[in-house]
Amino acid sequence: MTIRFTQDHEWIKLDGDVATVGITDYAQQALGDVVFVEVPEAGRELTKGKDAAVVESVKAASEVYAPVDGTVVEGNGAVADEPSLVNTDPEGEGWFFKMKIKDMAQFEALMDEAAYKSFIAGL
Amino acid sequence: MGDTSLLRTPLYDLHIELGAKMVPFTGYDMPVQYPLGVLKEHLHTREKAGLFDVSHMGQVRLRGADIDAVIKALEALVPGDIAALAPGRIRYTMFTNDQAGILDDLMVTRFEDHLYVVINAGCKVDDLAHLKAHLPAGIEIEYLGDDAGLLALQGPAAATVMARLLPEAATMGFMSARAATIQGIPVQISRSGYTGEDGYEISVGAADAEKLARLLLAEPEVEAIGLGARDSLRLEAGLCLYGHDIDTGTNPVEAALTWTISKRRRTEGGFPGAAIVQAQLAEGPARKRVGIQPEGKAPAREHTEIQDLAGNRIGEITSGGFGPTAGGPVAMGYVTAGSAAVGTRVQLIVRGKALPATVAAMPFAPHRYFKG
Repeated sequence: MTIRFTQDHEWIKLDGDVATVGITDYAQQALGDVVFVEVPEAGRELTKGKDAAVVESVKAASEVYAPVDGTVVEGNGAVADEPSLVNTDPEGEGWFFKMKIKDMAQFEALMDEAAYKSFIAGL
Repeated sequence: MGDTSLLRTPLYDLHIELGAKMVPFTGYDMPVQYPLGVLKEHLHTREKAGLFDVSHMGQVRLRGADIDAVIKALEALVPGDIAALAPGRIRYTMFTNDQAGILDDLMVTRFEDHLYVVINAGCKVDDLAHLKAHLPAGIEIEYLGDDAGLLALQGPAAATVMARLLPEAATMGFMSARAATIQGIPVQISRSGYTGEDGYEISVGAADAEKLARLLLAEPEVEAIGLGARDSLRLEAGLCLYGHDIDTGTNPVEAALTWTISKRRRTEGGFPGAAIVQAQLAEGPARKRVGIQPEGKAPAREHTEIQDLAGNRIGEITSGGFGPTAGGPVAMGYVTAGSAAVGTRVQLIVRGKALPATVAAMPFAPHRYFKG
């Protein structure tokens, strides 16, 4: 399994030809208590850098962007029902959606774990 | 951290020590939340007691040779019935302009020989200029300073906690105030607040503020609570936030604050914009501040468009978010008078989608003020 990260603090984990997307631990800490999550429906076409999902804390609403182009395979109904999963397990049960990647070169161009760690260390 | 252009309250060092996340707010570096987090801070306040630093708010004393003249002078600027206040009693009112627009909302306490006024942090400079420009000669305006301390202890355990430090606090009536001494610290304590819960607001000098805050935080029921939870608590309580739910573009009748205007003041007028207020009281306002209950889980934030079921724009959300005690989204906003009745079905335009909602009675969490 290969994992990549975006500058908007999404993670994308590749397993076969399907990738799972969520927000990082850094992002959930910055957001605080997550109270609402809206995930995309299966079949929706996503464009890299455009809105894919919504995450809201008590204070504010934020967009979750598509890390790469592709098609949604599944939205995580569990996280929509229980938004606090984003806080308790952001890189596990708190995933947002699974997608089929259109262009693997976009995935490979994202930050790997070491690059993301140095990216957030510099924030 | 450490933006030197921002003012600091006397509790700044304590906030840092407690691990607060600090944000700029109305010119002050203020704690938006502590490590507990907004959600738990909110729930803790409703369950036990929360301590808030509200020292950014403006505290002013108005004095004159004759207290009745001071009362009369302030009544010329606000629709509230200040003359009806017995010594030691508090009233919520607002400064209005000639169009009846709200310049600020404020709390007025009548003492034997002066009035004590608490104004919003963001309006301090304008309010002080307004008072200076309009109060007649002979009335002294004493601003307690940018570093004067003001703490709020709020929640169902507030009375128990306060009684340990100041036994007489237990029997104080809601919306009453007095001078007192807590372990050698001179304070002015009132039974009031901005959460819908029982509680106190304590004015204290800058030099003693941290000592008093530590005394209160040492009580087992008390947690430090930030501005984030203060906002969600007051929203659930249906209380207005100046600059959002009320401003110069709204008048007290539209804002559903007519309960703050006594029969005498309605009849006599004598405050800026009185004719407009009287006309709207008689004819009804064109729009009204109401509670809005979204039916789904999605919060509707400030500036969300409110439509009737036919898709016509009827207003806008002015405060909205997740209510931790309500367990879901809550909001307030203005709608046209014809859609203001409780139970009216409306829709909210959130991210381009029309979400069902209902005009709802406020508060969203029942008020639990001390009734003696």
